[in-house]
Amino acid sequence: MQKRFMAIWFRHLLTDGLARRRPELKSMPFVLASPVKNKIIISASSKIAESEGAFAGMAVADARAAVAELIVIDEIPGQAFKLLRLLGLGCIRYTPIVFIDLPDKLILDISGCAHLWGGEREYLKEIVFKLRAAGFDARAAIADTPSAAWAVVRYAQKKPIISIGGQVAAIAALPPAALRLEPEVLDRLQKLGFRNIGLLLELPGSVLRRRFGQGLLLRIDQALGRVEEYWEPLTPPVPYAERLPCLEPIRTAAGIEIAIEKLLSALCLRLQAEGMGLRKAFLKCHRIDGRKVQVAISTTKGSHSISHLMRLFRLQISKIEPALGIELFILEATRVEPIEAMQEQLWAETKGLADTALAELLDRIAGKVGPQAIQRFLPAERYWPERSVKLAASLTEEPGIAWPYALRPIRLLRVPEPVEVMALVPDHPPKLFIHKGKRHTITKADGPERIGREWWQDSGEHRDYYMVEDSDGQRYWLFRSGHYDGGDARWYLHGYFA
Amino acid sequence: MESNKNIISKLRQDILQWEGYKAPATGQRDMLGLGPLESAFPNGVFPKGSVHELICASSEQAAATGGLVSGILSLLVQPGGICVWIGRDRCLYAPALATFGLEPHQVIFINLMDDKDTLWVMEEALKCPGLTAVVCELREMDFKQSRRFQLAVEHSRVTGFVLRNATGKLGSTACAARWHIKPLPSADLGGLPGPGFLRWQANLLKVRNGQTGSWVLEWQEGQFVPITETTVNLEMQVG
Repeated sequence: MQKRFMAIWFRHLLTDGLARRRPELKSMPFVLASPVKNKIIISASSKIAESEGAFAGMAVADARAAVAELIVIDEIPGQAFKLLRLLGLGCIRYTPIVFIDLPDKLILDISGCAHLWGGEREYLKEIVFKLRAAGFDARAAIADTPSAAWAVVRYAQKKPIISIGGQVAAIAALPPAALRLEPEVLDRLQKLGFRNIGLLLELPGSVLRRRFGQGLLLRIDQALGRVEEYWEPLTPPVPYAERLPCLEPIRTAAGIEIAIEKLLSALCLRLQAEGMGLRKAFLKCHRIDGRKVQVAISTTKGSHSISHLMRLFRLQISKIEPALGIELFILEATRVEPIEAMQEQLWAETKGLADTALAELLDRIAGKVGPQAIQRFLPAERYWPERSVKLAASLTEEPGIAWPYALRPIRLLRVPEPVEVMALVPDHPPKLFIHKGKRHTITKADGPERIGREWWQDSGEHRDYYMVEDSDGQRYWLFRSGHYDGGDARWYLHGYFA
Repeated sequence: MESNKNIISKLRQDILQWEGYKAPATGQRDMLGLGPLESAFPNGVFPKGSVHELICASSEQAAATGGLVSGILSLLVQPGGICVWIGRDRCLYAPALATFGLEPHQVIFINLMDDKDTLWVMEEALKCPGLTAVVCELREMDFKQSRRFQLAVEHSRVTGFVLRNATGKLGSTACAARWHIKPLPSADLGGLPGPGFLRWQANLLKVRNGQTGSWVLEWQEGQFVPITETTVNLEMQVG
């Protein structure tokens, strides 16, 4: 089949995209700018700003001198790709194969598509009108090769549709820049007086190769269709989802289990083939009374093991209420991540936190009692006892600092409990304290260790900590809140030493 | 007479082997570092792949038990090994584990309030062969549950510790040993002020196929040091 390609050029892609989100900008001259080598350079200019003399590549200061009411907006990096991707996804209704050509073009493989819209002219009109209606200043061209379409859309003044085999005539009049050449080569061509591609086409290939390198020849061959060009198509991601319609409504736990198993085996097969692991999945059950029930599972580490995921789902089956019956099961993996293939180990050894069995255990626990119950602590660079640990964000996060080596109680009360104290001496621990009605005589004590409050966070007194041992050998962590002031200071029990 | 004794000791060894206690190869005794206390266990080796039960009557005893268990964990755990601590009430203070030579970030804490959930999680964790040890704080445990734990560890060779807070009636369990840890007044450090090294009295109330007894242990600079002069052998019934 004859290949046909369409190139779409968005002349003001970034500014049009922004004006779509902020309609008030439509009637004003505005530019997007980003700093380049200590200068703020315009990277994209709106149509109005361009007509008033502010072009891309100018310094903002110069542009301001030309256009007094110019609005300068910081450019967001990566925005062009995002916009093109969205536009490309929108174009998939016209053809299944769309390529992105940064910074501002889309290439569509329209082979065998145009007749559905009544011919190439109507097809092109339809696309361009749709894009213009959406607010994008778009131009399009159709040719036999992507390169020829690219050259025509960018540099030709009229006749956007190049008939089959007509690319030589079409690009002959265009400047060499239409071949997407490197700047050095373009410079040389310019100096030597090659004003259009037609002059190049007259010369033998060996001469061109000697003077301008293989790149120029390749580009010419690509434009004329002698060499095929490869682009990576922008295909919409196929969602990781499986459906299982049931002939008879399912009402039993055993039936649900079989359904989940079927869905999982299909999903896991695909995940395995793509080297992906499931992190979060929903099972949606459509009942015959029109209601939907859904349960979710999540894993701490990407997994495509059917047995493990089945175990997680088995914990959830009791939460599914089938009522009169379920007629459709949908299993959707909403979060997947690539997983590295594990080498089968010949010898079992301690695998630590990277162990799959451990991750699976934690998944089951999270599924049964909730993920908030599982905690792992890392040292925080703070002295205040309650804040000296922080929760680890992930299972494999390593501590940034070493654990402090200070004698700390193994059991710390979440809220310090007030104690009654007796026989006080300034800056010494009490001789006696009463906690929960029980009297403890202190025989040995260590301290004080003063820990100041984090004044930038909360106000209050500092604490003077003492490690004390009573006559029975039981060890406590007591503290006095604030300074000794003649017996009025409050004392608290904060923890038990081993 | 002599041959009878030999036969009996041979039979004892056989029974131990059937029950899962492997006799160490001669001259290759794998000591854990608990000193003379280890001689109480069958073959004189601390039973690793089994469940131990520790009784705590008060918060102070619970803290002492926590300290001793952390010390044992640090002896058990290989570099990079993982322990799971199933606790109640978020009471355990992670930085203190560093004192006992255990890396606190290698311990995964699971906080549960319900005993039923705790039992389920404990059993699941004991079945996971990637772990070194699992510690769990419980209020009550009956024989059936302890038997389930024991069956789980027999496959996975994980060491389990159950910290029981119950002070009431203590029924029999299938655990390898029942411990009772009490804090003891620390010794004077050559007239220096303040408490000395952490010192505990470790009572083994029941040991399956072993000797019960009472030992005094101290935690000195990263290891257990037995305090021998105060060792008393309590004549107790063998469980």
